[in-house]
Amino acid sequence: MILMKDVYKTYDNGVTALNGINVEIAQGEFVYIVGPSGAGKSSFIKLMYREIKPTRGALFINNKDVSEIKEKDVPLLRRNIGVIFQDFRLLPKLSVYENVAFALEVIEEHPRNIRKRVMEVLDLVGLKNKARFFPNELSGGEQQRVSIARAIVNHPKIVIADEPTGNLDPETSWEIMRVFEEINNSGTTIIMATHSKEIVNTIKKRVIAIEDGTIVRDEHRGDYGYES
Amino acid sequence: MKARTIKRHFREGLKNIFRNGWMTVASVGAVTMTLLLVGAFLGLILNLNHMAGKIEDDVVVKVLIDLTADDEQVIALGEEIEKIPGVATVLFSSKDEELSSLIDSMGEGGDVWELYEQENPLNHAYIIKADEPQATQQIADEVVNFDHVESVTYGQEVAQNLFKFTSFARTIGIILIAGLVLTAIFLISNTIKLTIMARSREIGIMKLVGATNGFIRGPFFVEGMLLGVLGSIIPIVGVLVGYKLIESSIGGMSSIGFVEILPFNPFAWQLALIILVVGAGIGIWGSLMSVRKFLKV
Repeated sequence: MILMKDVYKTYDNGVTALNGINVEIAQGEFVYIVGPSGAGKSSFIKLMYREIKPTRGALFINNKDVSEIKEKDVPLLRRNIGVIFQDFRLLPKLSVYENVAFALEVIEEHPRNIRKRVMEVLDLVGLKNKARFFPNELSGGEQQRVSIARAIVNHPKIVIADEPTGNLDPETSWEIMRVFEEINNSGTTIIMATHSKEIVNTIKKRVIAIEDGTIVRDEHRGDYGYES
Repeated sequence: MKARTIKRHFREGLKNIFRNGWMTVASVGAVTMTLLLVGAFLGLILNLNHMAGKIEDDVVVKVLIDLTADDEQVIALGEEIEKIPGVATVLFSSKDEELSSLIDSMGEGGDVWELYEQENPLNHAYIIKADEPQATQQIADEVVNFDHVESVTYGQEVAQNLFKFTSFARTIGIILIAGLVLTAIFLISNTIKLTIMARSREIGIMKLVGATNGFIRGPFFVEGMLLGVLGSIIPIVGVLVGYKLIESSIGGMSSIGFVEILPFNPFAWQLALIILVVGAGIGIWGSLMSVRKFLKV
């Protein structure tokens, strides 16, 4: 499903973010990426949706070498990957419904399907009754659920989340995690970078720890392993 | 691309034109100024070319043959002239023919010259036409050195001054137009850059959820095109009205006979079309230039 072979990433300013990563993630897995700030978690995640390219090594997603994908085919890769950020990245002038529908409009989905599918995912994240609200009328947790809805609205096989609970209080974080688990249960691979010891230690999943650009630990049902 | 998508691009593009308010006015103004000058210069240059062409076509070299030359020498001279590279046709005109054409060209007063039909003082002549009008002078310079040539005349001054003026006007026009076009493109691309700044977040999200570059460019393409088309309205009206006025005022003087401009229909319409296309082109180019940077993510 996802396969990294000897992946190195050195940025133009000379900073080496990844230093020989080898990892394989199967379809339907739930993986936490942990490690101190600046260890390379974000670079690891950005590689997967082709925000950055590896300096050396190969990265396969669905048996396709991502670093070989032509620039014009990158959008097609991204349609198979949902991405979620700490800061939600919603469009403030669009309603909840429009924010989610936006993801389908830009890939030129038929309007009839858009309506049906958007209400489906809003139901899944529990925001069906807030479809007409605007982002600034919602709590942080609700906004993050909108961004999750947007990420999964076109049935991606992989969902990548970069510290999705970083801006949320613990109570809200658990709500978000319940949504992730539900998505994962339907067979979607979830890769989530996090700093939350409580989440990792409570909802036991595979843990990959990255330090100084290399994987120092990779265990199933692992612990967070750092003092937070 | 689907019709629905094209509709969306137009909606978004229009929205931006209104959102940018005064910057839109400024860039439309820049396009308008540019196109007014483009129109005026193009109209002038094309007409000058047309007139120069007319005069060029009339340019012939006339070789007056020495009165002492006998028939054989005249024929030999004709053959020699034909060998000059660049010569298209050589026509022999006897002195009787010369006299009758002189009388014709004098009109009513020409009758007086008929007296000379008894004792014709004119020379036999060769009338040379060149392949390229520009070659006339060269041919004339060569022929003047041949034997039995008394003198060579051609419409040197008129033709050359006109050539000089056209090429001068053309150079100035091109420099001016190029400068203005660049300014207009710069202004448009700056206007649109403002929208992009405001929309960079939106573009980022579009890229993230898998929108193609073409899709993201769509509204900007429309916006640029509309700016260009809006800017070409006044110049088009100006060209059509202005040319009509010029044509009718010159038409009044047409008895003078030598000034002949290109006819309003189709020329003014062609000029209007050129202005429209150039305007839209400037807009689209300026707009796409400013998006390019933002698409590299």
